[in-house]
Amino acid sequence: MTEYKKPVPLPGPISEPFFEGAKRHELMLMRCLSCGAYRLAERPSCPECWSDDYEWVKGSGRGSIYSYVIMHQQLHPAFADDIPYNVAVVELEEGPRMVSNIVGCGNEELRVGQPVEVVFDAITEDCTIPRFRPRSD
Amino acid sequence: MGRIYGRDVVYFAKEAVRLAIEDAGLQREDIDGLLINPGTTPLGGFAGLALQGALGLGDLRFVNSMNMGGATAISMVQFAAMAVVHGLANYVVCVFADAPLREGRGGSAAYGGWAPALQPRGLSELYLAYGLFGVNAPYALAARRHMDLYGTTNDHFGAIAVAERQWAAMNPLAQEREPITMEDYHNSRWIVEPLHLYDCCLVSNGGVAVIVTTAERARALRQPPVYILGMGQGHRGVLSRPDWDADTVTGAAISKEIAFRMAGITLNDIDICELYDCYTYTVLVSIEDYGFCEKGEGGPYVADGKLGPGGTLPTNTGGGMLSGYYMWGMTPLSEAVIQARGQGGERQVPKRDVVLVGGNGGILEHHCTLVLSPHPS
Ligand SMILES: [Zn+2]
Repeated sequence: MTEYKKPVPLPGPISEPFFEGAKRHELMLMRCLSCGAYRLAERPSCPECWSDDYEWVKGSGRGSIYSYVIMHQQLHPAFADDIPYNVAVVELEEGPRMVSNIVGCGNEELRVGQPVEVVFDAITEDCTIPRFRPRSD
Repeated sequence: MGRIYGRDVVYFAKEAVRLAIEDAGLQREDIDGLLINPGTTPLGGFAGLALQGALGLGDLRFVNSMNMGGATAISMVQFAAMAVVHGLANYVVCVFADAPLREGRGGSAAYGGWAPALQPRGLSELYLAYGLFGVNAPYALAARRHMDLYGTTNDHFGAIAVAERQWAAMNPLAQEREPITMEDYHNSRWIVEPLHLYDCCLVSNGGVAVIVTTAERARALRQPPVYILGMGQGHRGVLSRPDWDADTVTGAAISKEIAFRMAGITLNDIDICELYDCYTYTVLVSIEDYGFCEKGEGGPYVADGKLGPGGTLPTNTGGGMLSGYYMWGMTPLSEAVIQARGQGGERQVPKRDVVLVGGNGGILEHHCTLVLSPHPS
């Protein structure tokens, strides 16, 4: 197996459950126990109500493309062969937005508003990251 | 400013301050306030307040190092104005300097935003795993969303790039002065689609300084004073909230409100615009948020060439940061001062009673506004 040379994310201070969830093929979100708002950020307090109490819950894994770009610049050597590659912001059904890639279609097929669903990519033995693919419904 | 090599950032800061003092007809000893906007260059002495020592400025009464990206220059002037009005200092020098360019390396290497040793940690850095690097991409995401919501096109962005290059052709200090056509714009390579090369600002080494004092003191100095008629700030909280729309709505709408009220002006009074143009898109969205046209109408609004020489809304009259020089918020601010003084030479706009200056910082997160004029009210 060739060595994976792209950045391999490590859990931050509070995001271990997200990365553990990805390994189980579950897209985990933070949900405020006070007001119920969802978030996905390395941030212990709810921006809506300032409560520090939250739980990790399994999200639907569904969302839509909020915006997307095609990267033509080589700013990291390990991405050289991928150029041009897409980076998208996916708006999840629960509200939070996350940066990811859209797989399973050509860059020219991307459009804002396209419904997508999560897929999981085991980039190394220890790390799985969520990506998204178009869904038709 | 420009592609100047072999000089460090302290040199650029010193030269800018020296020239500003000389221009004003002051002595170094007159300066009793210093506000610093460090750029990106991680050099000892300019990371912040140590610049005071490096410049040999002693016994100051008002000092700070400030940074909210491209909005900082205007913010520095605002704080300096409040300081001199309240007697905290008499002459506050505000300085920006940066030297990210290295000889033989492209501009993208200077601002690429990738450190090879970096291991992303947690959700806040997860984007690196997906290949989102540098500052071009987040602006491109915003531009794409605007295009999708409102039908904005690359022709619209191109009109801004072409107009600014027309201005740059008349600015001896501009880095890029060769005229470009819309065809050149479309032929310029993709950087991060939907942004072409000509949608993105230059990278420059250099420094700019301005001196802020009271109106009464300014009248006794060498240069014609430029008065601050109004000022304001607008900051949109960037959090993961469903109602967050910072991509297509900036803080300019908030910033403008208080600045225009203070100045007692409306949009119709504005003769010249100097808007932050890290990207063509930033100009377009700022024009919308200042209210020159309806939200979403920025594309058609700029497409007829009204921003260029001879147009009805002369904008970024030195070529801006797209074609002139990239000194963050000091680029629009310094050109506004030049125009307000009537010292624009070949590119001078005849009517210059009210000049609008906008600064944008972060990824469209922070906005600061100044309304300047050669007349005290
Ligand atoms: Zn809450």
